[in-house]
Amino acid sequence: MNDDHDSAYAGLLVDDAHWAFGEAAHDDPLAGMDTSIPAGVDATELASYCLELGDDALVLAHRLSEWCGRAPDLEEDIALSNIALDLLGQARLLLTRAATADPSVVPPLPDGSPVPPEDALAFFRDDHQFRNTNLVELPNGDFAETICRVLVWATYRLALFERLAAHPDGVVRAVAAKGVKELAYHRDFAAQWFVTLARGTEESRRRLHTGLAQVWGYRHQRGEDAVAEAVLAEVLAAAGVAAPDVGPVATSSHTEHLSRMLAEMQVVARAHPRGRW
Amino acid sequence: MTAAADEDLAAGFDATIAAGDRIEPRDWMPEGYRKTLVRQIAQHAHSEIIGMQPEGNWITRAPSLRRKAILLAKVQDEAGHGLYLYSACETLGVSRRDLMEQLISGAQKYSSIFNYPTLSYADVGTIGWLVDGAAICNQVPLCRTSYGPYGRAMIRICKEESFHQRQGYELLATMMRGTDEQRAMVQESVDRFWKPALMMFGPPDADSPNTQQSMDWGIKRHTNDELRARFIEMSAPQAAALGVTLPGNDLDWDEFWRIVKGGGPCNAQRIAHRKKAHDDGAWVREAATAYARSPR
Ligand SMILES: [Fe+2]
Ligand SMILES: [Fe+2]
Repeated sequence: MNDDHDSAYAGLLVDDAHWAFGEAAHDDPLAGMDTSIPAGVDATELASYCLELGDDALVLAHRLSEWCGRAPDLEEDIALSNIALDLLGQARLLLTRAATADPSVVPPLPDGSPVPPEDALAFFRDDHQFRNTNLVELPNGDFAETICRVLVWATYRLALFERLAAHPDGVVRAVAAKGVKELAYHRDFAAQWFVTLARGTEESRRRLHTGLAQVWGYRHQRGEDAVAEAVLAEVLAAAGVAAPDVGPVATSSHTEHLSRMLAEMQVVARAHPRGRW
Repeated sequence: MTAAADEDLAAGFDATIAAGDRIEPRDWMPEGYRKTLVRQIAQHAHSEIIGMQPEGNWITRAPSLRRKAILLAKVQDEAGHGLYLYSACETLGVSRRDLMEQLISGAQKYSSIFNYPTLSYADVGTIGWLVDGAAICNQVPLCRTSYGPYGRAMIRICKEESFHQRQGYELLATMMRGTDEQRAMVQESVDRFWKPALMMFGPPDADSPNTQQSMDWGIKRHTNDELRARFIEMSAPQAAALGVTLPGNDLDWDEFWRIVKGGGPCNAQRIAHRKKAHDDGAWVREAATAYARSPR
């Protein structure tokens, strides 16, 4: 019988310098990437744009992580966490890019604080400084509403990321190139469930309609996108669901939900502004 | 079937166990062996699923994006472990759905360690170091357990658990290099979790009536006290390197039995959480079943 799995046990009994006593390097999300500002690009605008894209990913990742341990079945629990992890990865790159492009966006911390810029941005900004859209900050609702939000958001984000392949900044291009594959999976996961719920039971269909109506008016807060609209129309048609009769939500501010969400997200980090994690 | 044929099957089973080979789902096995396995694997699967809660409690408050990603991925791994183990259990003729219902009704147990609350972010590190660590000590020998699907599931699981242990320890080591408050937080967390972690190896051998039969069947490979002693020995140098003091090793077995019987600080909360998720998701599972059956 193969005994090599026993080595894990043996490894724990000895002084294993690889982990127990070694120092963990803090991984720089942009390690190895060229972070100089390309000619013709305004650093302030680039930082601001990266914050918009990064905050959307960060806030939705947080909402999806709220499902962990609460999903309808283990498979969906794992899938929703996967999406959250992908978005968290996008957020870390984009927030770090914002900070390298324009360090003045990073909130000041006490002298000697080891908090890296991505965390200063995520945990030490107030709600009014976040640039995300309302769509991602709404509470999760039930599974149907979560599926509708992921479908709408990932479809729009994917269409945008496909165009970002032509962005002048190399970091943005790299984030988009990686994100396109992730977002295609997120969209397809949501579309599959969208059709399943639409064609499942009376209850699932009713919940899907309610969920879709909740998020529909928020979908083009970053501008209408014909490519995304065409994809959404296709999914709705496949599901036999009519687009809800809901106009665009007109707002220039956050909803009431964001500050409550941030209060929870930021509580430990803010209690330890000089903390190392 | 004749008595002689029965005896042949039993002799074949005994020979397989004696040779240290695996029993596979299609092989004949004594009913007691099957029942013991179902009980043990189900309890293990339930522990993975309930074990998502104490650490999951901190996902939305993780103090850095890197830690949030590490924690979310870890809790997700535990869901995956639950999946592998429920699948292994299904090869013995029980359904995941029934097992979930037995967990929620309290008919089947899960590890008592998850009935303690997580009260600070340091608990995420302590659970990785000590709880995943103790789980590894318990589980690595199970990679060679006699039942094939269980042993193979354990090989995958143990690899991930050892990763969890390293990450937990690394969090604590990082916090120990932080502020005084963080160091105090780590020590306080270790103070709360050390003895409960030692109890994860089960009651003392003298009070563990099933151990001998399980060892004869190759389901279990070391006694509770042997494994506990090994874990204590292993943890001492790790604690020293970290700079924390381990509390004593005197265990309150009345507390252990109280928690096993449902009287721990979080027993009701953990089951209520699982039941709510299960009930809230019923309409989704029904929709998926209806959709799968519908004509396309
Ligand atoms: Fe696990
Ligand atoms: Fe684990």
